[in-house]
Amino acid sequence: MTARLEPGPEQPEGMLPSTVDRPAGERFGHAPTSPLPPESAPLLRWIDARLPVISAFRREYVDYPMPRNLNGLWNFGAFVTVALLVLLLSGIFLAVNYTATIADAFNSVEAIDRQVPSGWLVRSIHMGGVTMFFAALYIHVWRSLYYGSYKAPRELLWLTGMVLMAICMGAAFAGYVLPWGQMSFWGLTVAMRALSSVPLVGTPLAHWLLGGALADVALHRIYVLHFVLAFSTLAVVGLHVMALHVTGSNNPLGVEVRKPADTLPFHPYYTVKDGVGLALFALVFAVLIFFLPGWLTLPDNYLRADPLSTPADITPEWYFAPFYAILRAGGGIGVPLAALSIAVLFVLPWLDRSPVRSARFRPWYRVLLPVAVLSFVFLGVAGFHQPAGLWLLSSRIATAIWLLFFLLGLPLLTRFEPRRALPEGIA
Amino acid sequence: MRRAALAVLATIVLPGPLRAEDGGLASVQRGYAVYAQVCSACHSMRSVTYADLSGIGLTPAQVRAVASAVSVPDGMGPNNKPKRRPGRPDDHLPIPFATPEAAARANNGAVPPDMSRLALTLAGGPAEIEAILNGYADPPPGVSVPPGSYYNRAAPGGVIAMPPPLQDGAVTFAGGQTETVPQMAADVAAFLDWAARPHHAERTRIGVGVVLYLGFLAALLFFLKRRIWINAKQRR
Repeated sequence: MTARLEPGPEQPEGMLPSTVDRPAGERFGHAPTSPLPPESAPLLRWIDARLPVISAFRREYVDYPMPRNLNGLWNFGAFVTVALLVLLLSGIFLAVNYTATIADAFNSVEAIDRQVPSGWLVRSIHMGGVTMFFAALYIHVWRSLYYGSYKAPRELLWLTGMVLMAICMGAAFAGYVLPWGQMSFWGLTVAMRALSSVPLVGTPLAHWLLGGALADVALHRIYVLHFVLAFSTLAVVGLHVMALHVTGSNNPLGVEVRKPADTLPFHPYYTVKDGVGLALFALVFAVLIFFLPGWLTLPDNYLRADPLSTPADITPEWYFAPFYAILRAGGGIGVPLAALSIAVLFVLPWLDRSPVRSARFRPWYRVLLPVAVLSFVFLGVAGFHQPAGLWLLSSRIATAIWLLFFLLGLPLLTRFEPRRALPEGIA
Repeated sequence: MRRAALAVLATIVLPGPLRAEDGGLASVQRGYAVYAQVCSACHSMRSVTYADLSGIGLTPAQVRAVASAVSVPDGMGPNNKPKRRPGRPDDHLPIPFATPEAAARANNGAVPPDMSRLALTLAGGPAEIEAILNGYADPPPGVSVPPGSYYNRAAPGGVIAMPPPLQDGAVTFAGGQTETVPQMAADVAAFLDWAARPHHAERTRIGVGVVLYLGFLAALLFFLKRRIWINAKQRR
């Protein structure tokens, strides 16, 4: 026998509470910061009372307070987001025409380029999108470094961003294998050799990932990996943006927003600023894919993969070139050094404990950071040259500068760097 | 046999000397005739279909005519005998040798490369193709050429496995005229350049429109941004 539930005094049986159509926030004890204006359509108010997505959107993307002094470098987060969406969308159209077998992968990509209507354009957008994505991403990271956007309270914002970068590198590498050209095949071979050289876990991991040999099984897994990694970024981008909207944006002065006069609402001020930036970003993108298509891939990748013919030089895509240079300059410890060169970024908020964020008020950091970043850019150039003679020596020096800046330089700066006086506020 | 039929048909259906403004395409079309009558004896272009030839200015009727001159394998018929049918526009250009091993056997051990992207993957591009076709000569004194190889000024090391493919007048074009080796070399290089970058002209044309559009959009947004940010100063 079941006990009959007694209706509560405020809710007579068979009647809905009288507050049902009030805004969701009121019923749950806290009002949304951006309730719908009274003149909004009844349907919108009906929806928002049940699923407050509209007031949430207004709170996060219309009325959201932004520091008023952001410079153009703060556009690059929007660029990265848009480039990612372009990649996901164009990737779906490529995927429906792609065949993940050793026998047909190259043919299906050639068919996309030649016979599928507008396939050449979609593929160019996808290939150019990767370059635009990583270019914008690296500038976005540079901005975070220069203005100290990784410091408290933004450590998790920084970490979600680093996780995103790592995922995208994995997705980009897997994607470059798919056309099964010469560089796809030999790039994969180099990466698998590097992975297998890791003690204990390396060889089992390579076997687990690729099923032993570079055959249909391996290509199929890489295809699945490309898709899974690419679409999993959506969830991490969500976390990244949530973390951003909890702490708010950093700004070129690196001091916190203190009063409403320090801020401007996201819309229309930063929507229109992002609009100008995105139009220029799209312009560069268009110049790249319509007039410089030769920059998007290496000619050797238009040769079908041939395990019997090793290319004269196996070169990576430009966005992996710095890591490839570290890999080759490191000799026997190349793999751990390349891994370390990324790992130092993950622990950056704990290596640099200086309370000052912006490089504008850190006289030594302002000089040493560009030196380290230029070393990294130099490694990108060195990645396209044979590791011998001067290139090898200078690659080793640049690797040392990059790693020592993080592991030794930042902890020392934390203790000894003089600080310039910080401004009171940003307005 | 089918290659000869294809070659004859190609020369019949391909338009003769074209109008001056189509000068570029005329060269590419003559280049296709050179490929069909000479190169295709040994080199495949497995990524290209007959329908793709609309990109060098062939009408759909011409594409159908060129394709149907070829007989292509069509599975097994009754009595387990291989069947053949006339080619269709979506068929790929013929592959001269069944396997790489057969290709090597017929060519002194060297497999003739596929030509679909040759103008892109050769370091010197279409100019290198033209130079090699024009580069055959008697070896200068002191240069020894191994048997099965040929002296060629433009080849790396001066030696190439490909026998001289072109002779003056070797290819008959529509209208019955013939050409010199340098002219044929230029034409076939133009054709292979098209095959390696088939959308180059369209890419440039679309690109001009897209860049103009985006430039105008960026300018409008820039002025909009300036107007909106005037209000930011009053918000202090």
